Amino acid sequence: MKKNNWIRKTTVAALTVACLATSLTGCGNKKEDGTITFTNVSYDPTREFYAAYNEMFTAHYKEETGNDIELVQSHGGSGSQARSVIEGNDADVVTLALAHDVTAIENAGLIDAGWLDEFDRNSSPYTSTIVFLVHSGNEKGIQDWQDLTKEGVEIITPDPKSSGGACWNFLAAWYYAKMQFNGDEAKMKEFVAKIYDNVLVMDSGARGATTTFVENGQGDVLIAWENEALLTLKEYPGEYELVTPSVSILAEPSVAIVDENADKNGTQEIAKDYLEFLYTPEAQRLAGEHYYRPSDEAILNEFADTFDLTVNMCTIDDFGGWDQAYEDFFADDAIFDEIYGN
Amino acid sequence: MKEHSQKIVKGVLIGISVIFFVLMLVMPLLEVIYRALKDGLESYQRALTAPNTLSALKVTLIATLLAVAVNTIFGLIASWLVTKFDFRGKNVLSTLIDIPFSISPVIAGLAYIMTFGRSGWAKPAIDWINDMLGTDIALVFSVPAVVLATIFVTFPFISREIIPVLYAQGRDEEEAAAMMGASWFTIFRKITFPHIRWGLLYGIILCAARAFGEFGAVYAVSKARGKTFTLPLEIDALYMAGSADSITQAFAVSSLLVGMALIMLILKNIVEYRGKRADR
Amino acid sequence: MKKKSIIPGFGLSMGITVAMLSLIILIPLASVLAYSFRLSWGEFIDLITRPNVVQAFATSIGCALIAAVLNCIFGVILAWVLVRYDFPGKRLMDGMIELPFALPTAVAGITLTKMYSDSGFLGRLLESMGIKAAYSKTGIVIAMIFIGIPFVVRAIQPVLEKLPDTYEEAAAMLGASRFTTFWKVVFPEIRPALLTGFGLALARGIGEYGSVIYISGNSEKNGTQVVSYIIMQKLNSGNVDYEGAAAIALVLLIISFLMLFLINIIQHIASRRTNA
Repeated sequence: MKKNNWIRKTTVAALTVACLATSLTGCGNKKEDGTITFTNVSYDPTREFYAAYNEMFTAHYKEETGNDIELVQSHGGSGSQARSVIEGNDADVVTLALAHDVTAIENAGLIDAGWLDEFDRNSSPYTSTIVFLVHSGNEKGIQDWQDLTKEGVEIITPDPKSSGGACWNFLAAWYYAKMQFNGDEAKMKEFVAKIYDNVLVMDSGARGATTTFVENGQGDVLIAWENEALLTLKEYPGEYELVTPSVSILAEPSVAIVDENADKNGTQEIAKDYLEFLYTPEAQRLAGEHYYRPSDEAILNEFADTFDLTVNMCTIDDFGGWDQAYEDFFADDAIFDEIYGN
Repeated sequence: MKEHSQKIVKGVLIGISVIFFVLMLVMPLLEVIYRALKDGLESYQRALTAPNTLSALKVTLIATLLAVAVNTIFGLIASWLVTKFDFRGKNVLSTLIDIPFSISPVIAGLAYIMTFGRSGWAKPAIDWINDMLGTDIALVFSVPAVVLATIFVTFPFISREIIPVLYAQGRDEEEAAAMMGASWFTIFRKITFPHIRWGLLYGIILCAARAFGEFGAVYAVSKARGKTFTLPLEIDALYMAGSADSITQAFAVSSLLVGMALIMLILKNIVEYRGKRADR
Repeated sequence: MKKKSIIPGFGLSMGITVAMLSLIILIPLASVLAYSFRLSWGEFIDLITRPNVVQAFATSIGCALIAAVLNCIFGVILAWVLVRYDFPGKRLMDGMIELPFALPTAVAGITLTKMYSDSGFLGRLLESMGIKAAYSKTGIVIAMIFIGIPFVVRAIQPVLEKLPDTYEEAAAMLGASRFTTFWKVVFPEIRPALLTGFGLALARGIGEYGSVIYISGNSEKNGTQVVSYIIMQKLNSGNVDYEGAAAIALVLLIISFLMLFLINIIQHIASRRTNA
């Protein structure tokens, strides 16, 4: 009987140790040796830009305060990144693909209302637009949205139901149709439906779509973020061409401080500094070098060789803002469901 | 005549097996290695020693070790329970234990988020414990979350290997020992354990192999690269980084996991071989 | 049946087993259940009968069935060859059968996609024969065969090893053809094990995410969205739909659970038969 007790105790002890070990490994997350850890939750195509920007900011922060800062990056589809923050991912700031995703975090009570005006230009320090990427030589002769409806053209674009970037793609096509058919909704639907009938692979995110097109050689044309397309041109010289459609959309990625987390972590000020620093000329130039259109007009003009500044661009306001656009187009049984699939 | 046709059948069957084996198992392996080494050894080495890779390796090892430890304890106790006693609902219980085998890892991740996440119902309890102890434990988007998700998907691996062995062994020896007044622990150590030694080891190896390769479940609860990423997540991140260079790096890191998997398979074969010999 | 066992430790082992099972598996899964119950019955039915959801279930179950059947055919051949014949490289083949267990699903997914898309070696070969492998249902089946094969081989192998070849010799002596011998003598012996392997491969295939997601193409129009993808889509969309995701997950859970339960019953019957 004595032995029985002993084994009972050891088992319990072993279990406790196992559980403790499990939990303790997580405790090292914060404030070892006074270095501050700061998390930026962003979307897919910003990987390279924020890798460079974080280096710049770390140096700036050291210079200003004398302290070290450790910047942690998180990337993924914009919608799933927003959800991770809502579910408890400890982000100090978010830099997401569209305002709608930031609003979702606001609705969960993590971001204070009015964030859109907290930073300049609708809190978007850089913008982009939607363009086409085609194989060198452009055999299918793709010049504009019209050409995407041609039979036999294979299109790669991500799924608007799970990718923020894909929503911009869809809206740009819609806007073109609207100009073309003077707002005749039946014809517009038919036009955009034709484009989506030609979609060969629908990846879950913008990055996945680029990989499918570039690495696995699928499709004739990729509907892509301008920055993704330009990056691909640089990575694979001579293999691809960029086609700018006559009409596109001004994509304004949004940045915001996640107030609840920042207050808890005591990083409110760093967060403000981090996002404001994005608007400084050096950071704006860095954004330009990473193929994002700087929101600062003067610096944007420095990059006139890189960007086609003549495109006719609509904005999300033409669709009544993101929340309206989402309801109208991408919610269950909204326009996208209606024209695609069944 | 008969022998001749027998040879043909044998040849055809071996042929089919070899073709299947090469197409489905060897080719993917070679593909990984070829892609990993495409840019030469130097870039291979650079990919493996990158800080993010090393951090991911560390998290992977922690998660694997803890998963093996917890599942070993559980596997031993559960298989003892299922095979040595009769009770109502035994079939349901063993089915429940096997759930993670056939459950989509996506659901596993979702389940943890819905329980321990910010809006999960167990969140207040965790906050309360943290307040009490002055700690900052998070069960989602943290290393403990990765560990838990890994435990989930590998949960039945060890019990499943031991249970058939214990069934085959029966209960007579244990009952005799119990009759003579031996304690729980003595019976287990002296009688049961020698039978299941090889099965246990085999289970541990399979469990470890599955643990360091888990993607879906961990993906849902781990978002910070260089902090809570495991090797499979790091591979995904590199693959998604989009440049030709980073894709080669993704395969380089993959080759590390493939190497670990191969080591596990070799160990498994040694254990199997030894186990069979010990049976004789 | 219900007489009390004299072996000690029932209470303790029962307690620990149930506690750990609850904490790690059941409580988290109950949350999924709780979320899906937030939908009314009508909404629940509405959601799971949406065309894209039904189609995804059809794709997942259909492809998993095809893959599991193919795995049974190849699995029996592989197990047979490994048990009955000697040839160079046999040990290597035997050892590597479990590779799909050990290879991370993401790596498998990426690699298979590369191999079978038309920029890859095998993809080009198949393309010249007019078969589109990656980004089609074929691709999904290929991925599911890859992850399912060890289940079948490992289920049958031990049974075949125990089956003495004297049976077959006797049957052959009596003039039975080779096929008859296999069908009448060997097959009934391996049937329960084959069913187990089939069930496990099927269940694994239906819920699979990592290895399928890259190769499938996720096109609703071509019917290449799998159930796991739909769940992720619900979670990643701009209007996060937890209830929807949980409801679909619940249906998937029930299917998995039923399948496992069937397997356990089959195993139970089989073990009773061999013991009798």
